[in-house]
Amino acid sequence: MSERDTDQGKRQFLVAATTVAGGVAAGAAAVPFVASMLPSERAKAAGAPVEVDLSTLAPGERVTVEWQGKPVWIVRRTREMLDTIRGNDGNVADPQSKKKMQPAYATNEMRAIKDEFLVVVGICTHLGCSPVGKFAKQAEAFDPSWQGGFYCPCHGSLFDLAGRVYKNKPAPDNLVVPPHKYLSDMRILIGEDTKGA
Amino acid sequence: MAATPKEPVQFSGAGPLNTPISGVLTWVDQRFPLMSLWRDHLSEYYAPKNFNFWYFFGGLAMLVLAIQIVTGIFLVMHYKPSAAEAFASVEYIMRDVPAGWFIRYMHSTGASAFFIVVYLHMFRGLMYGSYRQPRELIWIFGMLIYLCLMAEAFFGYLLPWGQMSFWGAQVIINLFDALPLIGPDLSTWIRGDFVISDATLNRFFAFHVIALPLVLLGLVAAHIMALHEVGSNNPDGVEIKKHKDAQGRPLDGIPFHPYYTVKDIVGVVVFLFLFFLVVFFMPEMGGYFLEFNNFIPADSLKTPPHIAPVWYFTPYYSILRAITEDFMLVLAIGVAAYAVLIRLTVRDRRIGTAAMAVALVVIVLMKGGPLAIEAKVWGVAMMGAATLIFFLLPWLDRSPVKSIRYKGWLFKTALTIFVIVFLVLGYYGTQTVTPAGTIISQIGTLIYFAFFLLMPWYSVLDKTRPEPDRVTM
Repeated sequence: MSERDTDQGKRQFLVAATTVAGGVAAGAAAVPFVASMLPSERAKAAGAPVEVDLSTLAPGERVTVEWQGKPVWIVRRTREMLDTIRGNDGNVADPQSKKKMQPAYATNEMRAIKDEFLVVVGICTHLGCSPVGKFAKQAEAFDPSWQGGFYCPCHGSLFDLAGRVYKNKPAPDNLVVPPHKYLSDMRILIGEDTKGA
Repeated sequence: MAATPKEPVQFSGAGPLNTPISGVLTWVDQRFPLMSLWRDHLSEYYAPKNFNFWYFFGGLAMLVLAIQIVTGIFLVMHYKPSAAEAFASVEYIMRDVPAGWFIRYMHSTGASAFFIVVYLHMFRGLMYGSYRQPRELIWIFGMLIYLCLMAEAFFGYLLPWGQMSFWGAQVIINLFDALPLIGPDLSTWIRGDFVISDATLNRFFAFHVIALPLVLLGLVAAHIMALHEVGSNNPDGVEIKKHKDAQGRPLDGIPFHPYYTVKDIVGVVVFLFLFFLVVFFMPEMGGYFLEFNNFIPADSLKTPPHIAPVWYFTPYYSILRAITEDFMLVLAIGVAAYAVLIRLTVRDRRIGTAAMAVALVVIVLMKGGPLAIEAKVWGVAMMGAATLIFFLLPWLDRSPVKSIRYKGWLFKTALTIFVIVFLVLGYYGTQTVTPAGTIISQIGTLIYFAFFLLMPWYSVLDKTRPEPDRVTM
């Protein structure tokens, strides 16, 4: 066929139609590969609630339990620690935990159901490091008038003993309080609350 | 460059075969462009005759790439990419596999050596204006190689499954978490789990040993093809193709082979001397090449007391940490000042107006009360921008000359300060956070970006000297 006999309009249409059809097919072919990188059924099934006995935890101490692969801290706060938290409202960014979706029972100064027990996910809300417990009131390199709390070694975020983030630190939010409920006076279930998670 | 026209292929078999070797070569060449490849890229690739010390590092980067690929293949023979076995399999390589320690130390030292060589190679480009027209694409391919290399190093660092592997990956993947809207789903997709786990390790292994090396090789090929298309720059920054002899060969060019192959062999010997000094006597390099905390198996419940990325990422890590809530005001003022500068100095008023509009949006997103995006996201954005801004260099530098030899004190001062700031940021990236360190990192961040963003101005204001017509030695 000579160039003169070519129907250019038809040729352009066919080239465009073939390109679009081929492009859609190539895009669709990517779907299974992208999907294969999502969490597997096994990963989704992991992460059942964890039950913890609090009676062995001494006042002023912390226990770390694993829930969904993350560290959850339970701190049994002393009267002195609770007083420190009350005096610390001026230093923290969100003293009443108004920001973000936290369980309703964490939207208070102590961020707890019972003031005595702090239950938080021990992962910094900045970039996911696990902060270090620095419970003693003493001068630290990062804060000469340190009141006790948690220090993130990665980027220097500070949290008080209610898991409230200090002002002007890289972490934007208070430590996350996981859904939890008291099964009895001294037994809690992490991963499920009274509404049923 | 056009391929040399070939003789029409004669398959008669009656042609005289002078020697067995030339006979074989002729046979191959009639079927594959062997001799023309050899000529185009080696024996008749004319490189400027005034290459100096700084021109060793491109070739050395290729050597380190080869070392990494070969040692990597042999490590994969013994390594187990599973959360349960990875740490132990690395120790198995170190203790039980014959010469396993040697191969692994070559690989781990090679990672740091790669970045040393690449940083020096990039510094050469900055000094002699190798990114300038017509070599913009060489620079862009090079920057893509650099990004690919950073990804390769990051994925590889998870594989030993030590504490730094785990927590380093945790921090970097959580960077994506900061992105608005898609962030959390994206980071879950990257991890393949809700936390860093076996699934993450397995896919990082796939990226590290096959996906990225393939991309890297393709980019290196593109980098060299683009280089050989336009020809090499040189310390004088003048084009040798302007002056050619009767045969069309540049008067100031010499064939890459044998002249620069022989020169590069000297460089390779010196490099390997230093490289094996590290491999044999200080493979950990005081915790900078192999971090001490990485000799502890990964523990998802406990972050090591001091975590820092490996040295080659620390300048960017410092920038990430420097962006705090109170620093946002300084950044917003900087953005406003930059827009005013554009408005006052660029003749085309529309560009100035557009810059003011963009700046206004950015400032609202930085400090606009309820509309502001949190500092964490800006930290991630600034860290990303710090690596990507190199791509713009060919268009930011508007000096009439390419090489630092003919640039004036303004550019020389700017480059010196930039190098010092890069090193200072790198140093503070290895340290724990202190108030003084944060302020120094913040000042460093401002200078880092000023080097690039103010270049269109100071490169024009700079008092340059005229370039020579021909290269000097």
